[in-house]
Amino acid sequence: MGSIIFLVVLVIVVGWMIGAYNGLVSLKNQTLNAFKQIDVQLKRRHDLIPNLVNAVKGAMEFERSTLEAVIQARNQAVKVNATGPEGIKQISQAENALSSALQRLMVVVEQYPQLKATGNIGQLQEELTSTENKVAFARQLYNDTATQYNTRQQQFPTNMVAGLAKAQPADLWELEDQAEKAVPQVDLSMKPKV
Amino acid sequence: MSDDTSLNLFQQQEANRRRTVLLVIGFVAFFAWLGFGGDYIYYLSTRDAPGTAYHHVFPWFGIALTVAAVLTAWYAYATGPEKVLWSTGARAVVDPTDPQEKQLVNVVEEMAIAAGVPRPHIWIVDDPDPNAFATGTDPLHAHIAVTRGLLELCNREELQAVVGHELGHVKNLDVRLMTMLAALVGAIALMHDGATRVLRGGINLGGGGGGGSRGGGKKGGAGPLLLVLLAVWIVSWILAPIIAQVLALAVSRKREYLADAMSAQFTRNPLSLASALQKIEGADAPTTAIKRGAAHLCIADPLGRRLTAHEGLFADALATHPPMAKRIAILRGMGYAQLKKEGGSVG
Repeated sequence: MGSIIFLVVLVIVVGWMIGAYNGLVSLKNQTLNAFKQIDVQLKRRHDLIPNLVNAVKGAMEFERSTLEAVIQARNQAVKVNATGPEGIKQISQAENALSSALQRLMVVVEQYPQLKATGNIGQLQEELTSTENKVAFARQLYNDTATQYNTRQQQFPTNMVAGLAKAQPADLWELEDQAEKAVPQVDLSMKPKV
Repeated sequence: MSDDTSLNLFQQQEANRRRTVLLVIGFVAFFAWLGFGGDYIYYLSTRDAPGTAYHHVFPWFGIALTVAAVLTAWYAYATGPEKVLWSTGARAVVDPTDPQEKQLVNVVEEMAIAAGVPRPHIWIVDDPDPNAFATGTDPLHAHIAVTRGLLELCNREELQAVVGHELGHVKNLDVRLMTMLAALVGAIALMHDGATRVLRGGINLGGGGGGGSRGGGKKGGAGPLLLVLLAVWIVSWILAPIIAQVLALAVSRKREYLADAMSAQFTRNPLSLASALQKIEGADAPTTAIKRGAAHLCIADPLGRRLTAHEGLFADALATHPPMAKRIAILRGMGYAQLKKEGGSVG
């Protein structure tokens, strides 16, 4: 009788361990995948910026410094030689700088209604907004997934299996740049202003 | 996203898978009952007929109707999304040139990233009333359609929120259940109309047979049984479309709240969905392009919004959507809670 109870308990414990282990591995892969999504969107942004800057160069001669800041930040971000969630601190610093440079460009565009009037700028603004949103949403998904992964591996009793599943807390993508946090609210609705 | 919401998501996905299977089983079983029940009634009524008359022994009706139901369910699963889109006259957005359509494509791509699902196919319904719906069988084969009116009415953030709501339906597999339901409700209506004609002939035959069994005398018990069966059977026929309709209503209301919450989770901006819903509610005209069969797929009831304005027994039984005012109030609550947490600045 005693051995039967022991067996039942053993089966339950082993079954739980398998479930917890697989859950952690699945979350780990989801986190890695979410990070790849950020990478995809960042690459897309890097490829897009030179074309966009060329498109508005003529119309925005008087805002040369803003455009140059964008190009410089973009080149810095491309240069970052780090991959995977381990290099997240390095990547995020360069990319946050690029984000704030782009935000400034958008604010500048907003301040010149005659610029906005041409269809070209309207398209540029939409492209920029969408690119920034894509990066932001990819980052949000990564942070959500990583937080879930971190919580799971630290919580009792799953933390007892965490070592077995080689689970390490994943770094979150922090918004360190104060300038980006303090961006003024920009009305990006495509409706004509009265 | 805490563990709670993800658990909720998996539960919802599981529930939707299970309910879709149950729906198909129920659909096939219902037609099997109509077929085999009809066979049995016919058998009872011809059993005591003289030797030379027709004896209904082999259950032809049952087999035919069951096979037809299985084929219909399979066909509905394979072509349901196309049929729903076709019925609304939606056109695919493939290579957008119009800035509005370009924006829609961008917004859908953004929300797909936020939701962590592949980009769905995008469709536009040329209807001036603002509305949107999603269809498909799973996130890999999903479609999102918005009306021209929605593009005109909503700003970028509101459009984002509405698309987020629809992607919520896609992600938690609501689309599978709701599309199946739309296709099967349509099939039932069609089969019902077609078969009612056959049924009329059946009643005449049954009546004649009943007379025969009364004359037989020795099987006195078969008469009442036959009548009860016949009554239940005929009632099933009459009720079929009504049952299907009530089913469609029952599945669509609760999940609207969940999809609203998922939109807020994707955009981190519940107030923009609240204002989008307010605008949609304000444009109080029926979406003429969307017929009754696809009504439960939409973000707002396309058949006019008087019923959804109130909550009560009547509205609960007949409205496909929860009261708009309640949805907006819940979203506003979320928005203000977020504002409070972030110390007054929305990021």
